[in-house]
Amino acid sequence: MIAVVRYDAGNVLSVVNALRRCGVEGFELTSDPEKIKNADKVILPGVGDASVALASLRSLGLDQVIRSLTCPVLGICVGMQVLCRYCEEGDVDGLGIFDAEVGRFSLDDPDLKIPHMGWNQLRDMRTPLFNGLPDGSYVYFVHSFRAGLSRDTIATTVYGTAFSAALAKDNFYGTQFHPEKSGHSGALIIKNFLVL
Amino acid sequence: MVAKRIIPCLDVKDGKTVKGINFLGLKEVGDPVELGAEYAAQGADELVYLDISATLEGRRTFTELVRSVAMRLDIPFTVGGGISSLADAARLLEAGADKVSINSAALRNPDLIGEIAGHFGSQFVVVAIDARTMADGRWLATTHGGSVQTDKELFSWAKESQERGAGEILFTSMDHDGTKKGYPCETFAALCGSLSIPVIASGGAGNAEDIAQVLTEGKADAALAASIFHYGEITVPELKRYLADRGIKVRL
Repeated sequence: MIAVVRYDAGNVLSVVNALRRCGVEGFELTSDPEKIKNADKVILPGVGDASVALASLRSLGLDQVIRSLTCPVLGICVGMQVLCRYCEEGDVDGLGIFDAEVGRFSLDDPDLKIPHMGWNQLRDMRTPLFNGLPDGSYVYFVHSFRAGLSRDTIATTVYGTAFSAALAKDNFYGTQFHPEKSGHSGALIIKNFLVL
Repeated sequence: MVAKRIIPCLDVKDGKTVKGINFLGLKEVGDPVELGAEYAAQGADELVYLDISATLEGRRTFTELVRSVAMRLDIPFTVGGGISSLADAARLLEAGADKVSINSAALRNPDLIGEIAGHFGSQFVVVAIDARTMADGRWLATTHGGSVQTDKELFSWAKESQERGAGEILFTSMDHDGTKKGYPCETFAALCGSLSIPVIASGGAGNAEDIAQVLTEGKADAALAASIFHYGEITVPELKRYLADRGIKVRL
């Protein structure tokens, strides 16, 4: 069973729809710690404010549960950010799985807009999450905060400067972009995660 | 760098698309879900579904349509038309829309921008501005398809929308909309330069060159078009190839 974590972090429907499009029926939208602990795979979606998302995970008692998981876990967007060491948004500590800090874009070029919204390219991809994706594949981003480069970076994207488009540590994976909204490339990433 | 976005817009009335779409060779030409999926497969970067239903029943049908679109599409889509309250926005979010576009309701009640952004994030709120030039050269926002003029000046209203929490501005020049004469690129460049959020250009595209211009000289982050796609004057892949050949970064 695949657990999609339900918590106060925006709409999770797009992830559910994407799983259905990938032909997955055995998933459950849940905030039940027992179900999450016993899942084969866990997806942590998230849109909005990282500090709100973290507060919600902690109030549901899910921060410790997620940290203790040994199955493959995929955090998406804010769901990736909360797995980092620190989030500037709300000045809060994250769950500390990825060795990265999430800070606001600071851009010198006035032509670069914030949020970073739209399709941008993946570079330096590694790990089986990106099997079959050619260098420079486009995926969809919408965010104002980003994780810097770190030893856990498994894909980079350039917006002003390079940042972590995806992170991984042991069984944990995170994407700053939205694979569920990234067309064919995104579907491939979701399918890759499902067979990890 | 982030790619310039190409966004086909579909007008929907009582659950059916309105404009001509025969060139795609679809069986259900009036089916907005099939049409959207076809555009996505062709490489559209996002879609906009605009509800032009005039009745309550039409609005209900539209929400059901949004649900079906969200299940089918694997690219982001915005919905607009008749959104006048936080409850309207919440209903469409719950149905699976990635963004809502608000226009006259925001002019009537500017607090609505902050209410929706506060609940669902700035990325969810597009403020659409239909403006036309006055005799003194100022651009004023209009409602009712350009027929009713307001006292909101384009640049200050766009800036105010940004400060209130809008994530994007969708600007249509009512002087150019439907004329196929191209976009007012100087105005677009000034508008884009005055804002820190992305600007989507709409209204006036007659051909690929017009779109190339608004994305370069006009500095727009995205271009939205309806007729040139629906009537098959150019397809999304043809347009993107044309833009790429001119050094404009697009997702191919």
